[in-house]
Amino acid sequence: MTAMQKLLQLPVNAVNIVKTVQGVAQGQEEARSPVLTPDSGQQNWYSAVQPEELRHLRTASTTGGGGGEGGGEWGEDRGTLEEGLSSAQTQPLRHDDLKEMLDSNKDSLKLEAMKRIVAMIARGKNASDLFPAVVKNVACKNIEVKKLVYVYLVRYAEEQQDLALLSISTFQRGLKDPNQLIRASALRVLSSIRVTIIVPIMMLAIKEAASDMSPYVRKTAAHAIPKLYSLDPEQKDQLIEVIEKLLADKTTLVAGSVVMAFEEVCPERIDLIHKNYRKLCNLLIDVEEWGQVVIINMLTRYARTQFLNPNINESLLEEGGEKAFYGSDDDDDDDDDDDDEEKKAEAAALAKRKPYVMDPDHRLLLRNTKPLLQSRNAAVVMAVAQLYFHLAPKAEVGVIAKALVRLMRSHSEVQYVVLQNVATMTIKRRGMFEPYLKSFYIRSTDPTQIKILKLEVLTNLANETNISTILREFQTYIKSMDKDFVAATIQAIGRCATNIGEVRDTCLNGLVQLLSNRDELVVAESVVVIKKLLQMQPEQHSDIIKHMAKLTDNIQVPMARASILWLIGEYCEHVPKIAPDVLRKMAKTFTNEEDIVKLQIINLAAKLYLTNSKQTKLLTQYVLNLAKYDQNYDIRDRARFIRQLIVPTDKSGALSKYAKKLFLALKPAPVLESPFKDRDHFQLGSLSHLLNAKAGGYQELPDWPESAPDPSVRNVEVPEWTKCTSRKERKEKKVEKPFYSDSEGESGPTESADSESDSGSGSQSGSEESGSGSESEESEEESESEEEEEEEEDEEEERAKKKKKVDKSKPKKPESAESDQSSGEEQKRIRKGGKDRRSGTESESEDESESESSESESESEEESESDTDIKKKKKTAASKPPPKQTKKESKKETKEMSLLDLDDFEPTPSPQVTPVNSFLSNSLVTDLEGLSLTDTVLAPTTIAPSSSVRLYELLHRITGEGLAVEYCFSRQPFSPDPHMVAVQIQFTNNTTSEAKSLHIEEPKLQSGMRIKEFPEIEVLPAGESVNVVMGIDFCDSTQAANFQLCTHIRKFFVSIQPPVGELMTPAFLTENEFKKEQETLLHGQLMGMNEISEKLTLGEKCQSEHVIVERVTSTANLSRVPCGSDKESRFAGKTVSSGSLVLVTVTRKDGAGALLTVNCEKMVIGTMLVKDILQALTQ
Amino acid sequence: MIHSLFLINNAGDIFLEKHWKSVISRSVCDYFFEAQDKAGEPDNVSPVIRTPHHYLINIYREKIFFVSVIQTEVPPLFVIEFLHRVAEMFQDYFGECSEVAIKDNVVIVYELLEEMLDNGFPLATESNILKELIKPPTILRSMVNTITGSSNVGETLPTGQLSTIPWRRAGVKYTNNEAYFDVVEEIDAILDKSGTTVFAEIQGVIDACVKLSGMPDLTLSFMNPRLLDDVSFHPCVRFKRWESERVLSFIPPDGNFRLMSYHVNAQNLVAIPVYVRQNINFFETGSSGRVDITVGPKQTMGKTVENVIVTIHMPKVVLSANLTATQGTYTYDPVTKILVWDIGKLNQQKLPNLKGSLSLQSGAPKPEENPSLNIDLKIQQLAISGLKVNRLDMYVEKYKPFKGVKYVTKAGKFQVLTVPSHV
Repeated sequence: MTAMQKLLQLPVNAVNIVKTVQGVAQGQEEARSPVLTPDSGQQNWYSAVQPEELRHLRTASTTGGGGGEGGGEWGEDRGTLEEGLSSAQTQPLRHDDLKEMLDSNKDSLKLEAMKRIVAMIARGKNASDLFPAVVKNVACKNIEVKKLVYVYLVRYAEEQQDLALLSISTFQRGLKDPNQLIRASALRVLSSIRVTIIVPIMMLAIKEAASDMSPYVRKTAAHAIPKLYSLDPEQKDQLIEVIEKLLADKTTLVAGSVVMAFEEVCPERIDLIHKNYRKLCNLLIDVEEWGQVVIINMLTRYARTQFLNPNINESLLEEGGEKAFYGSDDDDDDDDDDDDEEKKAEAAALAKRKPYVMDPDHRLLLRNTKPLLQSRNAAVVMAVAQLYFHLAPKAEVGVIAKALVRLMRSHSEVQYVVLQNVATMTIKRRGMFEPYLKSFYIRSTDPTQIKILKLEVLTNLANETNISTILREFQTYIKSMDKDFVAATIQAIGRCATNIGEVRDTCLNGLVQLLSNRDELVVAESVVVIKKLLQMQPEQHSDIIKHMAKLTDNIQVPMARASILWLIGEYCEHVPKIAPDVLRKMAKTFTNEEDIVKLQIINLAAKLYLTNSKQTKLLTQYVLNLAKYDQNYDIRDRARFIRQLIVPTDKSGALSKYAKKLFLALKPAPVLESPFKDRDHFQLGSLSHLLNAKAGGYQELPDWPESAPDPSVRNVEVPEWTKCTSRKERKEKKVEKPFYSDSEGESGPTESADSESDSGSGSQSGSEESGSGSESEESEEESESEEEEEEEEDEEEERAKKKKKVDKSKPKKPESAESDQSSGEEQKRIRKGGKDRRSGTESESEDESESESSESESESEEESESDTDIKKKKKTAASKPPPKQTKKESKKETKEMSLLDLDDFEPTPSPQVTPVNSFLSNSLVTDLEGLSLTDTVLAPTTIAPSSSVRLYELLHRITGEGLAVEYCFSRQPFSPDPHMVAVQIQFTNNTTSEAKSLHIEEPKLQSGMRIKEFPEIEVLPAGESVNVVMGIDFCDSTQAANFQLCTHIRKFFVSIQPPVGELMTPAFLTENEFKKEQETLLHGQLMGMNEISEKLTLGEKCQSEHVIVERVTSTANLSRVPCGSDKESRFAGKTVSSGSLVLVTVTRKDGAGALLTVNCEKMVIGTMLVKDILQALTQ
Repeated sequence: MIHSLFLINNAGDIFLEKHWKSVISRSVCDYFFEAQDKAGEPDNVSPVIRTPHHYLINIYREKIFFVSVIQTEVPPLFVIEFLHRVAEMFQDYFGECSEVAIKDNVVIVYELLEEMLDNGFPLATESNILKELIKPPTILRSMVNTITGSSNVGETLPTGQLSTIPWRRAGVKYTNNEAYFDVVEEIDAILDKSGTTVFAEIQGVIDACVKLSGMPDLTLSFMNPRLLDDVSFHPCVRFKRWESERVLSFIPPDGNFRLMSYHVNAQNLVAIPVYVRQNINFFETGSSGRVDITVGPKQTMGKTVENVIVTIHMPKVVLSANLTATQGTYTYDPVTKILVWDIGKLNQQKLPNLKGSLSLQSGAPKPEENPSLNIDLKIQQLAISGLKVNRLDMYVEKYKPFKGVKYVTKAGKFQVLTVPSHV
């Protein structure tokens, strides 16, 4: 902060600038001070807007609206100054004000000032002279001020480059912030400052952000790429490297943005897509809408370069046939026919080559984009539609029609664009929109531009089966009040008539009827269209020509008059009597006609002179003479030219011989075709397509390749365990799973999102993997988990067998060395127990082995009371409902397995009883007198670790990149240091490669806490698991121990947080001891503070003494204390670290009621323990 | 992508400008004004205007032109869709998308625009995320803000932006957990003079207002999902689930949103709730015309038809109307030539009728065309397609929400021709 302030204070030149600017402002202020208005003092923002708004209204009224404001900011400012309005005068004053406010210490004033400045910017006012004052606040603590300063900075940095540099260090610091959102926002603003000097800084920042842990920061990096590129295109090569790296990103958040960057920077580098093609296809559905559009458009182009035309065999032939159908009626489109033939030949050649087989990747793209047709976003739907249009086999394109028709319900702008595209599509693939014909019917409320487009589509859709319906529809349109639309309808009728021979006469008749319409425009348009139609079959329609000749008296529209004259001239042989008469009339009005009509009169005269010179010679001369002196150059020119041509003179030469041929040559009928014909060489949905012209930056849609490029370029090497999941499976799982299971970290889009957002707000470690990047792996896990379990079991058994042998041969050095106090007898017992467990089948219950071990124990010791107790215990075990038992077992199977082979891997933990005994002996020493042996006998039966050793996850296999780590509290004393809690850790390597040198680094611990690391695991082969034990001294607190788990390549931040019950070890007391201790605790220094009692209602399944004991011991690592009353259960333990006593009493009352009492010096531990036990008992 | 945005009112004032890249002078809007002049009606301004150096893509919403400046190739729908989102966001934030609202909240508008686009590419367009970043103004908050100087920029970092369900914010809490669904269907129809259906279809939407705590996972199922012919969903809906089971399964956004829109394609099955008997004639002599319109209920499934309004665009030559309505009121605007007959509720016993004469401009020839009638109507508690919501289930969260479904049928583009369709 201080460095920053120094930096900000340094602006020697900045201060100068401030001064000069202020000087200017003051100068203005002085000049105008007599008319100072009080509104400069207004603090309230909203009222401050007022005069501005009024000014707007005023300028609008004085300049007459329209583009009155369009003169650029400076010009406008000056304009308002000159107008002498009060607000304009206060402008410089307010700036001064604002500076003061910005310099103040109060955030509220700064905010106020920034708001006013932003409002000025929004209005297009110039606020650049405030730059020095504003930029100082870039490091302001207030978030809103900061944001508004950013807005200002981005707007004016370009103009004030030197001053803008002062802000850079703030952003550079922001780039290092631990919070991903701050990093992202710093990068965003930094990259938006268009100052060339900082290009290297931006480059560095982008590169760094591209490998950030947070996908959101990486997304921002992708956004920054085009910004830098536009600032300095020289950086292209380096930027492409970054793009390449980000393209490999597996998160949905990044995908859309990086493809956008790709499209802006290096759209020609299609090779970068190969490796990411399949991933992009698979991620597509989860990418945000805008990203989807960009990706789909890009993939369309990609597919055009990589796959073969799916319609290569059939469509060309078919299409040729279709066209031939039109061609057969009218021989006018010779060119087309030629084309067709060529195409046919080509197609035939191609068809010979080989049958078409679609590339699976091509299919993947089509399959994964299809659901997006249901998107609410019109742009996405359009993108998919164009993809199908350009890439799908003809038979499949139809699916897009329905979606496009749906879009037509949307806003009129959307309709406009969609209709343009539909119009292009209907030319190529008429069939697919035919079922939706009625959706294109025009309503009187449609805007004209929509009407005309719909008309276009209807015309394209017309064929011999639906033409009658369409024509009937057209007839209603002709009565519309919208004349432009009527004219378009008449054109459309003309086009239908040329395309469909059957209805030509009907159309012609209809159009002729329109000639008597009262509206001149309608008539004129009809004439023009009729002229075109008549050109096709003039012989049959001389009566129509006659009819039209009569119209010359009435029709005034030049185009129509010209058309009639042309018709008569062209077909004067069919109307030999009328034609000269028309010429006569025209000659009369020649001087008053429009140019276009005059030209046609000359034409008519010339033609008549050639065919019927007897009657028209003089008329022609007359017309030509009139034309000779016309004002229009073209007409004079034409007249001269024609005179030379048709009137044979000596000079006229050879040409006049051919005059007749020249004038009366058979003219091909004009082809009435859609303006949308052949527009599909532009990618549909693009701006270029809409404009029918290449827009800047448009990427041509490539033609299909002749032969398919190597498809193997798209193969990606995938680690074993992420392979072999087909997209389909994954999808199903993804959708199904989250609904019925609540398991965390599931694969569904939503669930993974949950976990992600959590990790985002919490630690950063987990946020690395997100979106479908994790999905693929996860689903894999699901599908394999069962198999794996089985495998594990098998392995386990095998291993167990091997170890048995090893056990026998190997002397247990460390164990014996560490457990001095343990008696040989016990050792034996334990080994026996261990053997029992190992040899026992998986399904063998913990209870059984427990009781067995206790049996062996009891055998070795005295058998007085213990016998009955054991029997009791056995009974309860036997009376337990068996189904429940098995259920429990099946759940724990894997966990237990890992526990069982613990001692084979890890020499350190000595068997549980050893230290128990040492403790026991201590208590023996202290309380010799009241000791009855029976009690000690009883103890082991209860201390055997309860069946429910919980397994916690330390590192999920996804976050751990294949390395899964779980831990449990083994409740075995940690021999190297008795003040530590033993934590057993199991590593499982799920990758295909070895994990090396697993160890712990950089523990971050609360003061007083200590860690005894496990010895480094040198190699963990693929698919193997290993168990180690580490010790943690939690200092009797439930604070988490944080440390890094390292492999040879990666480091993972992990933490272990102990439940309160694991912070203690069993203590063995007699009933008397217990009471005594309880008493001392109760009446110690702080009366009553060490006892916490809570009433509770026992859970249904928790009424018996046995269950209570089980629940309590599973919750906390306590031993049972014998008790005379069967209504009471007592437990005792000592905290591991400080050895404080923990005494627990559960007293059952009538019914389900009970009283729980905990005595402990450590109040926090006591309260937490009460809570945990309460929960365990009430469940 | 999107370079700049100008907001222009009907009078041609540019009242807001925002640039995402370098500044483009507002004189570029002159091309727009030119096109606007040429088009006449705002509806007819081409959404894409080409200028020598730029392309202007614009939309017209709530009497405001949103004119965006584009420099290079971009899908036009991409921009159009985005501009509509901007308009909807204003609506969402200020209750209305009007010039006054935008001017009053110009700072918030600017902050919103800043967040919605980065370098011209959409960044955060989900209302839930934006509301985390920038709090919408309320009267109370703006008062508190002016007094205490506190801000409307969210203090918390928008974690929603990081999530892949960007439409829902985290930590939603309500005391009353409610979920309401409105099934709104619109009938688009063209009827000819004889009452025959030329064209009819039903378009429906399900609008939801969900105020549920936590991260509820909802499943909405229909009694008869097969009615739905074509559907489009809010991104929260899991498409695969719909494909396989025809249920809507989703984690809803917080607040109001459109869950789905659908299309019922059953040309023959569409029940037309009203019939119209009408006679509009113009006479050559005496420059007058006659109007006689009767509206009655037809297939209404026993529900009342309400809010019936008949609108007729009269030909230009009609000067005034002298009519009597047996029910409701009528108005004729001689400037716009629009006759509006507001009927209200339809009564089975006494059919509303509008009868009388029109006076035409003297000397002018009788209009050739017959105007068509546009009908507005509303039927409560009925989805005309027969669509029925079966049940709504909630997973993940434990509490019991209050659930409500409402059905409404409206007339969409409902037109009655005054000419028989078979000429």
